[in-house]
This record gives sequence, C-alpha cells and structure tokens, in this order.
Amino acid sequence: MRLTCPFCGPRDRREFHYYGAADYLNRPGPEAAASAWDDYLHNRDNPAGVTQDLWYHEQGCAAWLKVTRNTVTHEILAVDAVAGGAA
Amino acid sequence: MRYSGLKVFTEGLLGNRGWKPVWRDPAPKASYDAVIIGGGGHGLATAYYLAKNHGLTNIAVLEKGYLGSGNIGRNTTIVRANYFLPGNSEFYSHSMKLWEGLEADLNYNVMHSQRGLINLFHSDGQRDAFARRGNAMINQGDDAILLDRDGVRELLPYLDFDNTRFPIYGGLLHPRGGTARHDAVAWGYARAADRRGVDLIQNCEVTGIDIANGRVTGVQTTRGAIRAAKVGMVVAGRSSQVAAMAGLRLPIESHILQAFVTEGLKPVIDHVISFGMGHFYISQSDKGGLVFGGDLDFYASYAARGNLPMVEHVMEAGMTLMPMIGRARVLRSWGGIMDMTPDGSPIIDKTPIDGLFIDAGWNYGGFKAVPASGFCMAHLMATGTSHPVAARFKLNRFATGHILDEEGTGSQHNLH
Amino acid sequence: MRIDSKGRIDRSRPLTFVFDGTSYAGFKGDTLASALMANNVRVVGRSFKYHRPRGILTAGSEEPNALVEVLGPSNQTPNTRATMQELFEGLVARSQNRWPSLGLDLLEVNDLAAPFLSAGFYYKTFMWPRRLWEGLYEPLIRRAAGLGRLSGKHDEGTYEKAWAHCDLLVIGAGPAGLMAALTAARAGVDVILCDESSEPGGRLLSDEGAIDGLPAADWVAGVLAEMASLPNLRLMTRTTVTGAYDDGTFGALERVGLHRRPRPNLPRECFWRIVAKRSILAAGALERAIAFENNDRPGVMMASALSTYLNRYGVVPGKRIALFANTDSARNTARSLMAAGVEVAAIIDPREDAAEEPGTTVHRGAVVARARGRMGLREITIRKGASETRLSVDCLGVSGGWNPTLHLTCHMNGRPRWSADLAAFVPNDGAIPGMLVAGAANGSFSTHGCLAAGAEAARASLAALGMAAPMAALPQAEDAPYAIAPLWQVPTKKRAWLDFANDVTTKDVALSAQEGFTSVEHMKRYTTQGMAPDQGKNSNVAALAVLADATGRGIPETGTTTFRPPFAPVSIAAMGAGGRGAGFAPQRFLTSDRASRDRHAPMIEAGLWYRPSYFPKPGETTWRESCDREVMMVRSSVGVTDVSTLGKIDIQGPDAGRFLDFVYTNTFSTLPVGRVRYGLMLREDGHVLDDGTCARLGETHWLMTTTTAAAGLVMRHLDFVHQAFCADWQVRFTSVTEGWAQFAVAGPRARDLITSALGRAPGLPFMGCSDVTVQGIAGRLFRISFSGEEGYEIAVPTRYGEALFRDLIARAETMGGGPYGMEALNVLRIEKGFITHAEIHGRTTACDIGMEKMVSAKKDCIGKAAAARPGMTGPEREQLVGLKPLTDSPITAGAHLFAQGAELTRENSAGYVTSVGYSPLLKSHLALAFLKNGRARHGETIRLVDRLRDIDVLCSVTGPVFHDPEGEKLRA
Repeated sequence: MRLTCPFCGPRDRREFHYYGAADYLNRPGPEAAASAWDDYLHNRDNPAGVTQDLWYHEQGCAAWLKVTRNTVTHEILAVDAVAGGAA
Repeated sequence: MRYSGLKVFTEGLLGNRGWKPVWRDPAPKASYDAVIIGGGGHGLATAYYLAKNHGLTNIAVLEKGYLGSGNIGRNTTIVRANYFLPGNSEFYSHSMKLWEGLEADLNYNVMHSQRGLINLFHSDGQRDAFARRGNAMINQGDDAILLDRDGVRELLPYLDFDNTRFPIYGGLLHPRGGTARHDAVAWGYARAADRRGVDLIQNCEVTGIDIANGRVTGVQTTRGAIRAAKVGMVVAGRSSQVAAMAGLRLPIESHILQAFVTEGLKPVIDHVISFGMGHFYISQSDKGGLVFGGDLDFYASYAARGNLPMVEHVMEAGMTLMPMIGRARVLRSWGGIMDMTPDGSPIIDKTPIDGLFIDAGWNYGGFKAVPASGFCMAHLMATGTSHPVAARFKLNRFATGHILDEEGTGSQHNLH
Repeated sequence: MRIDSKGRIDRSRPLTFVFDGTSYAGFKGDTLASALMANNVRVVGRSFKYHRPRGILTAGSEEPNALVEVLGPSNQTPNTRATMQELFEGLVARSQNRWPSLGLDLLEVNDLAAPFLSAGFYYKTFMWPRRLWEGLYEPLIRRAAGLGRLSGKHDEGTYEKAWAHCDLLVIGAGPAGLMAALTAARAGVDVILCDESSEPGGRLLSDEGAIDGLPAADWVAGVLAEMASLPNLRLMTRTTVTGAYDDGTFGALERVGLHRRPRPNLPRECFWRIVAKRSILAAGALERAIAFENNDRPGVMMASALSTYLNRYGVVPGKRIALFANTDSARNTARSLMAAGVEVAAIIDPREDAAEEPGTTVHRGAVVARARGRMGLREITIRKGASETRLSVDCLGVSGGWNPTLHLTCHMNGRPRWSADLAAFVPNDGAIPGMLVAGAANGSFSTHGCLAAGAEAARASLAALGMAAPMAALPQAEDAPYAIAPLWQVPTKKRAWLDFANDVTTKDVALSAQEGFTSVEHMKRYTTQGMAPDQGKNSNVAALAVLADATGRGIPETGTTTFRPPFAPVSIAAMGAGGRGAGFAPQRFLTSDRASRDRHAPMIEAGLWYRPSYFPKPGETTWRESCDREVMMVRSSVGVTDVSTLGKIDIQGPDAGRFLDFVYTNTFSTLPVGRVRYGLMLREDGHVLDDGTCARLGETHWLMTTTTAAAGLVMRHLDFVHQAFCADWQVRFTSVTEGWAQFAVAGPRARDLITSALGRAPGLPFMGCSDVTVQGIAGRLFRISFSGEEGYEIAVPTRYGEALFRDLIARAETMGGGPYGMEALNVLRIEKGFITHAEIHGRTTACDIGMEKMVSAKKDCIGKAAAARPGMTGPEREQLVGLKPLTDSPITAGAHLFAQGAELTRENSAGYVTSVGYSPLLKSHLALAFLKNGRARHGETIRLVDRLRDIDVLCSVTGPVFHDPEGEKLRA
C-alpha cells in the first residue's frame, strides 16, 4: 500500500500512521451537547466503499493528511493536507 | 444421528454410506418467532442457545453466504479467559466454562484443547500489569500462574533468552487457555441448532429491516420477506452495514487482522504463546501447521486481505522471540474483518428499536467468546434483559463513559 | 535412469550427495529430484495421513510428494521440495514423516484403517471421556500428523530483505515473459523479470519445440544474450513472486544460497519488496492430474514433468512408460521419450477421435482404471467400455489438461472465471490494478500464442506508461489448437486421489457432499482439500469438478477456487529478516550510557531506551542494597541521574501559550517567562494522556517535556491538534529530545553541586528556569524535582552529555553523593507520591489521580468534554491512594485490595496496587494503589492479596504522598 504525500511524493504505507475516520476533524464546540460529542468520538458511517480518513506522515514531513480511499478495493482516490490544503 | 467412535467404526465397515447431512437445507418460511441475521459462530451459537435454553425453536438463521463464512473460519483459534476488567472478566470466564462442556453439549468434537497459554512480559512494569491480570483471573475463579524467567525457560526452552530485543522476564501462564478447531465450532453449533429445529438458511442475504412504529416487524431478504417480532443482528465484520438498514450508526470501525499458517511440521510448540512487545502470538495446530498472527494492519478496510508491512513485522517478531521457527514456511495468509469498538470490548444489547438486538464489536477477540456470546445474546433476545455476565456490554457505554478498555490505549477508534 | 544425449546438466561436474544415509552421484544442474530419479530411487516420501509410499509427481514448486528435510551443518530445513532443491556437492537430505524408515513406515497401518479415517471422522469421535482428549487422543493425532521436523534450534542462517522499484515487473520467463520483458526493455523502460527456476525459459527448456527454426532453447539463449546487453533490464532467477499487494507492491523470494554449499554470510534467501508501475503475469500453466484408483503410486507422474526430466536433466523415471492424457500436449512427451530411445508402451486417450501416434499404441476412448505397485508402479489397468486389460509399465505420465497459473490475480480478491473451452479457470481482466496476464497464465497454450501475448502485453503496458512501442516481427513458433475432453476422475469404488499431499480422495469429496458440505468452501474445510503445502495447485480444480459431479451442478455454479498469498511457501526467516536478536526494534542509548556501564550499572530497557538500573558499590551484593543507598544518598546529600529519555518539544510562536492552554488541562498562557509549570494532558476521550512540565523560556518560546513512554505519542497528538483544529495559529514546534542531554541533580546539596558546576549560585526559585553557561557551554537549568528534594535539571547539547555527566558525578562524589539509577528513582518518586505510566495507564481520569482541580473551568481543552461523562468521575471509581503495610512485609504491584473479611472474589476486589518500593527513609514497604472511593478511606485498614505470589498483608490506606507532604524541601 502506498500513499502519495502532497509534500513528499509516493511513499510506502509504513511511513504513515493511520488515525481513523476524517470525522475527527469536525470537533464540536465546548458547549456542544453530549450526544454531539458521542457522535464525534464514537459513532461512524464506517462505509464499505469510499471513505475519508486521516493519516500522519510520521516518518516523513509530519503532515496530517486526509485520504479519500475505498475500503473494499484499497484504491486511493485523493490525498490532501489537513492544514491549509483542500481539506 | 448421534456421533461416536462406535458410529465411525460401524459406518467404516459399511462403506460410510450411512452418514446423513449435518443440517437440513430448508426454504425460508414467511414468519418466525425470531430471526438471527448472520450464520457465523456467534449467530449459530445464539440460535442454539435460544432453542436449548429458552425453548425457542421457530427461529431461523439467515446467512448471506455459507455457514461459518466469516471470522469463525479466519482466526488463530485461541480460547482463553484472561481478562481483568470487571465486565470482561466474568463474561470470558463464563465462555470458558461453556467451552469445557462444548463437545458433550454439541455431540461434536470441536477439538478444544487446553494446552496452556503463556503471555510473556519483558519489564518489571509489564510483570506488575500481568500480576494484576493474573490476580483478577484467580479472583474470578479462573486459573493463572506467574512464571519467572526460569519457569518460562522450562516450558519454552526454544525461545531466544540470550539475544532477543526485549529480554524475557517471565510469563503469565493460563493453564486452561488453549485452542479449538475453528470451523468445527460453527459446524457443531449449526448441527446442534438444526437438530433442535432451527432453520439454517444459507445464501440468503438480508437487504432490509422492516420497522413500524419503532418496532421491528421482520426483514427483507434475497429470498423474500420474512416476518419476525425479534431480530438479532449478529454480523461482526458487517455490523455497520446491517445496522444502517435500521437507521443506526454504530461505534464501530472495520479493520483487517491478518493471520498466517505454515506448512505442517511435527510437534514443536505445545502452548499458545503471546509476545506482547511484538504483537505476536503463535500455536501449533493438530495438523502440524504453526498458526500465528499479529496486530491490525491498521486502516479501515473490508477487503479481508492485508499488506506486507504487518506481514513482515509479524515475521520479525517471531524471529526475535523464537528463531527456531525461521525455517518453517508460511503456507497461507488471510485477513479477517474486525468490528473494532472504541474501547476494544463488545456490544450485546438492545437497540433503540423494539425487538431489534445487536451482538457486535468483537474486535480481534471474537472466537473465544462464541459460546458466551451466543448464550448471552439468546438470553437477551428471549428475556429482554441482559444476562448478568454481559451486563456491561452496553451500546450506550461510550456516551455514558463506562468504558471497558483492557488495553488502555484509549476509547477512540484512532487509538487502537 | 540417465539418457546420455539429453539434458542441460553439466556432465563435466559430477557431484555427490546423500539421501537417507546413502551416498549417490549426480551432476551440476540436477535437482535433488532429478538426481534421485537418475539413481532409480522411486519412493521419496510418505503421504500425510495414510503414510503411503510416494514418488516424484512434478518438476516444480507445486510438488506435493517429494518433500524432504535438507540437513545443513547446524540445522535442518523441513518440507523442502526435492524438485526445487538444486544439487550441490555434499548435499544431505532425509525423508520425512515416516518411522522408522522410508521403506518401513509403521504408520502405514493408517492405510489399512482408511475406511474409519474418512473425511472429518475426527469431528465425530474422540469425545469421551473428555480428559482423554488432551491426555491421549490429541497427542497421538499430533504425533502422526505434521510433515518434516524443525530442529528446535535457533535458525542461525543469514537472511536479507531488499527493495526494488521498476516501471514494469514481468513475472515468469517462459516464452510470454521473455517476449514481454524483451519488448519492454527494448523500448527503454526499467524492467524486472523474475523467474522461479534456476534458468529462464520455462517450458521452452522442457519441450523440444522450435522458434524461428532454431531449437527453442537456442532461441532462449539468444534472448538472454540480448537482455544481458540491456542495462534497464534486471533478470532475477530463482526468484518466486509470492504475493501481489496494494498499489503495485509485490513480494518475491530469491533463493540466494540454497543451491550452494553453506558458507558464512552467504544469505540463504532474500525477501524482495518490488514496487512496479505496471506488471505482466506470465507464470505459465500447471498440468493437472486425473483421479483413478491408486493413482498416487510411485511412478505415476505428470506427463509434462516427464518431458522436463528428460530434456532439462537427461533422466527418465522408467524403462517402459505409458501416457494417460486427454489433450495433445502429452504427445510431445511421448515423441521426446521415443526419440530418446525410451519405450512408450501405450497412450491411453479418453478422446474417441484421438489421433494415432507412430511408434506406440493409442487406446482411444479408454481410461486408466487403476495402478498397481505399492513401492513403485508395476502395472496399469486400461479400461475401454466394459473391458479391462492390464499393461506392465513402470511409469505412467498423466495429463488431465492445464490450469493457468493465475494465483497472483486472486491475491487482491479477484475471482477467476470458468472457461468451458479450456475446461479451466482463467483470470479476469483488472484483477490486480496495473497487471496484464499473458500466455499460458491467461489460457493461451501454444508457443506462438505465448510469444504474441507477451509482446502485446508489453506494448499495452508501455502505452500505459506513456511510451510508444514499435511493432516488431514475432518469432515463428507452433500454434497448435488446444483440444480437451474434460476428464476429472475414473469411477471407482476404491480410493482415487485428488490432493496427494493431504490424502484427499474422490470418496472424501463425495462424502462431504453426502453430509451436506456442498459449498466448495465447506468441502475444502471439511476434507482439507487444497490446504497442504501445494495449496491445491495440483488438485483444487479437479476437486471442484468432482464436487460438482456429486451435487449435480455445473462447475461454475459450484463455485470458484481462490488463492491467497503466498504463491509458494516463504520461510518465516526470510520475511522476518533483520528481526533476529536486537534487530527487531531500534535501540536508543543515553549519552551517559558508557559512563554508566563503566560503573557496572546493569542497563535495563525503558521502551526503546536503555537506562541504568542502579550503580553497585564494592561489597553490595543485591540490587536492594544499592538502591537503598542511592535513595538515602539523594535524601541526605545529592544524586545525579540521566533524564534525557523524557520527550522534549520546543514550541515557539505568538500563539504558543494559547496552544498549550488547549492541549493541557491547566492554564499556561499566564505563566511568567523563566518559570516552569506541571501540566496534565488528556486524550480527547477524557483519560489522562501524559503529564510533565513545560517551561516558558521566552515570551514566545516554550519547552515541553513528556514522559519517556509517551514522547512520540504526544508529538503526534500536538501535530494533529495544531493541523486539524488551529492551523492558522502562529505556533510551530519540533521534537528536540535527541538534541539535549539532561541530568537531574537532587538532594539537600543539589544547590551546592550546581553552584560548583556553574561556578555560580543557580539563583532559581522552585519551578524556575534560565539559560546558563556550563563550563563554557550554553545550556539550560530548571529547578524541578521528581524526588521531593530540592532538585535541578541541567541540560546541554547532546554532544556534551557524557562529559557533563562524568563531571557532575565527580563533583557529587566529593559531597558524599553520586549517581543513582532507575530503581532509586522509582522509590524516590513513590515516597513522594509522583505518578508514572504505572498509574496513568490509559484508563485513568484526572479525578482518579486527584487532579480534577487541574482541569480549568475557564477554558476548553482536549478531553474536557469527554471527561465530564457520568462514568468518568465518582466514588465508584478507583482513586489513587498510598498503602503502608501494618507489618514489615513485602508487598507486590498487581495485588488486589479487599475489605477485611470479604471473600476474595472479583466482585469484592476494591482496587489494585500499581507501584511498590521499599523506603529506606521510612523503613517500610510503600505502595501506590487505586482503591474504590479511596480518597474517603484514608486511615482505613485494607487487605492486600496477591494470590499469584501468596502475599496477604493488611495495609493502612494513606494519601499518596508519604514524604514531605507539604513540599517544604522542594521550595527550600
């Protein structure tokens, strides 16, 4: 498995740390209801198909990446930087 | 037909012509008292205990493929009761007791073998954590023995005690831990459920869950609509998709766990050995293959296959721990789809929809749980209340903060 | 038996080898199988279940029978395919899975008991009495099962792993692969061409065809010569591509040293990770058998293997050979044999319209009904209609047609489709992204078809790479059509073998269907069909066809067969190369490492680091003596210890304070410059992530420390919080853990030691920090303490670490102080009630450790919302307490706590001990523990029970701080 880091180019999966669904980007505000926090932290669509998840180029440029990916075929459809990029 | 050594002998004399099908192949009826979605280990066990413990026999198991086509046939076959958190402890202990009577109960040899499981530790801190666990196991009524380095050496002389990266300080021996023949568990439960009148319906995929006024009324399938007042979703690996048919969004993310088996070898490893520092565990099957596995590939996936980084990591762990297996050749690898919950513990609970129940979130530990999972899910479906040993496996425990995190890595999906 | 004029072996280089204790002769270029055949050794193995004598079936890695142990100078390798083991001088091999010998195997009694050992019999018996399963039945089964033996000794062999990258990977160097690789390499792209065999050429070396009017082998030699001149083509022989993975990644195993005499540092194998933009699978096809009664007798083998043994190795396994085949491919074998002077007694061809064959008798519309000859084929029975005739032969070549070697196309869940024309499964397009399948692997069985498909696949791959490929004339070769009359089994009431390696017969498959295991997956799992070392390469399709017959369905309706990695078995040592010993994980050493070892400190693992356990003095015989002394030394004078393993993160920017307020529970933005604050960090799930100090070095400059264990985790966490939630804030940070060596100096004389080292008084208040110059080196000084004494941590750039450590220790020793290790550090922190990851073990909340007041009510922070859930606080949770035994008894971490008089059950366990140590100061064992509602129970007596170690001690519950609870010493 290989990801193309927008800053570093195509790299093997072992350079990256996976961090779950991109839902984690949508942090509720401090005053949000408990159910909003429950959803944010725990509940997931978990699709069998295209999903977006977070990867950290830990052995590279330390960028957090949002990867659009198919969970059935493992096809990588897009890799974007979380900070400032298309995220 | 009752199985026995005598039956095998007499059938052998008669050319094995008398063996009957292990289960019927019924067409689905229009209505059942209860249906169970999922003909894997947990679903078949649920059906069996519904029939046996609760007298519910007008029930069906709906399986989209063949019986036992999921993780029951894709695991490393380990059976253990070595949990330490209240909630897990009593559940797996109960499961172990069911395992110990399973062959007699099912009249099927699932080859449950209590070979002893050894969890190695590699620092004083790990020893302390395993001591806490071992004491919890004994307090629960199960067995545990704390081995020092020499104690481990006596049982596992072939480990690399001199050069391994993380020196072996000792191990926690769980004598009643061991293995079982995975497929046989599915077949044994299926046969026993069938004998009690349960309809096992293969190649029958559930395509919708019918709900009226907040109550479940039945399911739509590729073989027609089936009415049922109670529906159990027992589809670990596909839980999110099936629950979505009922409008539910679960605290589950699906991951790949790979496992490996070598070519057959004469007996060389008697125990189940677990090497936490390398996320590596190994045993030897009765056929002689070394069966071993490691950690999740660690990315959400439904592909039932993995990639090389984890493959290599597992092999490297094996080589630092027990380099005597170096010349064994890996014959086959496979991946199972794991229902990962945020805290690593399962869910056996009602859903917000009346009559709809869920048994899910088995993470990477579902095999050993099969008997108690079926037992408790059957109890829940029949009585509407949680069985005491599964009372903490609540669907809403993440909302309330009553977390069951054995590993302590965090009750978030991204922290497994 | 050797055929003088034939083969590619080097007759000028004779070799000797040993099999089962007997010495034999062979030649360079032989495999163990061909050399045994040349020496007329017919039985080479015993079958898995029935222990039937077995001979060589194939000439490739799919061999199910001829598995042997190869013995090296110090170890042995089980389950080695004799067909793949190249001969070298002094090779020693031994048969396996037999006792006491290959010729007399007592477990052959299983063969007589076969009626009672049918498929899945073990699921139906051995259940009573239960205790005999582990005691008797299972040990017997285990001993009888299994194949070769591991020695139990460490594998001391050398193994390697490597990476390779290319534009195009071509898998298989037969006609299709050679043509593909050549076409692509001529166009200039980087090509890797892998072949499993020792010599490229594939079937061109085995069959006596012609290409462009030349003997095929000569054409191959020409191609190889051109390839050698192309620097962009890398030819890897003895390299099996074992797996196809995501994004063009392949695994491949190269047999680097297995064909040579072992010598030091010669790798046995190398496991390659090949990353290819495009790939072409040209792995050929495997001939398949036909099941008939006793078709597993030694001397019954694949027809194509006969050709290979004759043409590559100049050897034939018999003097009088028959062939049983339902395609024309075996006719080439017959012609080669006859041309070499070997008698071909008959060709049995089930096709009614089969052609005659000059030189031998063709039995059209006939089948072989059975074989005879337990230790070697003597006779076959030919059945035509109702009549049977017997024929004396010592070898039978069988061909039931060909199965494309499409295994790799299944590795990413691709399913093949059934081709009725070929009576075989063929791969579907696109099963592996970027991969094309060419030649026999794609069902194109003629030489011309392979050459054309290889060239075409190369052109298509080049086009996908954006390269134009010139059309080149194809070499001329035979283009015979493939005509097959499918025949899977010859009906019999006796046993006819499908899976030779696992002893699965057509009866087993029929029984499986009879018992309702009609799904192909059920049949496989119930009968173990296809689960042996050959992974069903020889038999899966036939078994599927037999199952289809038994259930009255067609083959496509019955199911497809699939394959998982690896294509051929790979040693654990090869895929785990580099993992032996210390290689498994990086080792991190402190700058003071050598100085500590000079003082004979035992170094222990702390994560990836090595830290000194204690510093023994002459006369001290136990670690406790040293530890007690070091503790008292710190409490009474001064001690020095290396704390560089703590994570250090340098944080800068105008928004740094705001950022710290967000990641810590407490407020940092208000901290004055030159001050340090203890901080608590939560995970978003509300549990404690880490704790540590953070110093404000300047208005916009901070230095965070983390625990040793969580250094990487915290860095990742900060990066996430910043990039995901506040990327626009002006803050940047980087790990400087490895940039600084840092030493704790603690004790009543710590200030004197620092004064001596700096040449001036430190002049810092408790929790103060400043830049300092240490003997001319710019460093940093922090007044913080993990021991409860007045303490400093002094940091210098890493390259000065060892010098400073030695200097500090020398100065300390003049004051009655010295170095202290992890053991003393642990006791000091327990006396003071400071927590480590033994307490913040991932399930702990701020409340549990009595730090709920550190969660600021005035601001949001990571984890604050989740920490407010009802289950995260409250008296039913376990809270941090101290424990002191009422008597002078040792206590243990991991013990559980019970109310006095309570039964020792799970329900009554009120908590557990996390850390213990002996305090020489208080002359008592001390513990930190978690106890339900513990803060309300100070002063109570609780029972500490460790049933693993027979410890049962009454303890008084106290606050967690045993020493100087008011903190007067810290602030002195």
